[in-house]
Amino acid sequence: MPEAEAPARKRIATAWLGGCSGCHMSFLDLDLRLIDLLAAADLVFSPIADIKAFPEGVDLTLVEGAVANEENLELAHRIRANSRIVASFGDCAVTGNVTSLRNHLPVEELLTGLYKAGSGSVPRSGEGAEILPELLPRVLPLHQVIAVDAFIPGCPPDPDRIWAAVTALLDGRPVPSVEGERTFG
Amino acid sequence: MPVVTLTINDELVSALDGELLLKVIREQGVKLPTLCHLDGLSERGGCRLCMVEVEGIHRLQSACTTAAREGMVVRTHTDRLVSYRKMILELLFAERNHVCAVCVMNRHCELQDVAAKAGVDHVRYDYLATGLPMDTSHERFGLDQNRCILCGRCQRVCDEVEGAHTWDVMGRGAGSRVITDLNHPWGESRSCTSCGKCVQVCPTGALFNKGVTVSEMEKEPEFLTRILEGREKKQWSR
Repeated sequence: MPEAEAPARKRIATAWLGGCSGCHMSFLDLDLRLIDLLAAADLVFSPIADIKAFPEGVDLTLVEGAVANEENLELAHRIRANSRIVASFGDCAVTGNVTSLRNHLPVEELLTGLYKAGSGSVPRSGEGAEILPELLPRVLPLHQVIAVDAFIPGCPPDPDRIWAAVTALLDGRPVPSVEGERTFG
Repeated sequence: MPVVTLTINDELVSALDGELLLKVIREQGVKLPTLCHLDGLSERGGCRLCMVEVEGIHRLQSACTTAAREGMVVRTHTDRLVSYRKMILELLFAERNHVCAVCVMNRHCELQDVAAKAGVDHVRYDYLATGLPMDTSHERFGLDQNRCILCGRCQRVCDEVEGAHTWDVMGRGAGSRVITDLNHPWGESRSCTSCGKCVQVCPTGALFNKGVTVSEMEKEPEFLTRILEGREKKQWSR
């Protein structure tokens, strides 16, 4: 008798835009639950796995960080095109958070203030330089750049909050709304 | 005061004629969020979070400034009200820089708490990204305009309880700002008694004790009812 067909394994990804990687640290704090997660799903792209290009056909992508430069912008669009569910993962993706604190300053003044007027040398960014991606005029929360299906606020979201969100989203349910568990900060 | 009967969310309720709806609604155990209201201060009706629907009145009414009347039919959590409350909170977040993660009041903030309870998990509006000035000229306290929601509690407590009237609000709309002594630096204020009541009643991290860092500021706005009761009972008179 042929064996019953196993349910298709889910394909999950995590991405790191303009953030501090603290959300990924909190993700790693899932500890033993990571084993449960990887028993049911494959991690097909992540800063904690050495995969160069964002693949196609992803079921769920957690996006940490705000959209701060051209590279973030490009990756955000690729994530949207290739993912069934996109979740803003942590306050920088959800609100812009600390990454967006520069938004009241013009970008040129930002670089001048930090590098030209300071002791460092100006990083060679912008068109043609191909060294650093150009900064966007304003740092944007992810949902102002691409359509976002779910939000996981927190700086960082604690592991329990991440687990509740990820298991719900993989099950096709919305992120559970537990009072006091959806705070920013 | 005669007793009246009114309907709140399809329940018959009795209240004193003229009693404010917010009090009557909360006495029924209905949770109605507020930010500008504080027990012990006059009502301002400014934050609009406690808006309710009153049958027969076309416009929404703020429960904190509306008196209970005989036969009133009040609804507190219709779909429209719930969605407006979320919008108001999102607009507050968009108007100034409420970056909770680096705020002295993180985890103790009324705005953060009310937003979480209302289910605000992102803001649909463009952030204005204000770069407003801070006033740290006072010896003990600081003011960060970027965290201010213009609730007017500082102004009312200073005027109504301390009797100093150091605080005021200048400007209009999103350009409004709280000021001390006709917009002079707080540290140079001649009317400020440095009592700190404004700091304690401020619901966000706009007013804070100097020297505290992220999440370290805790306030006790309930002190107000305690000192007002003590004053009424003449607990401290010689």
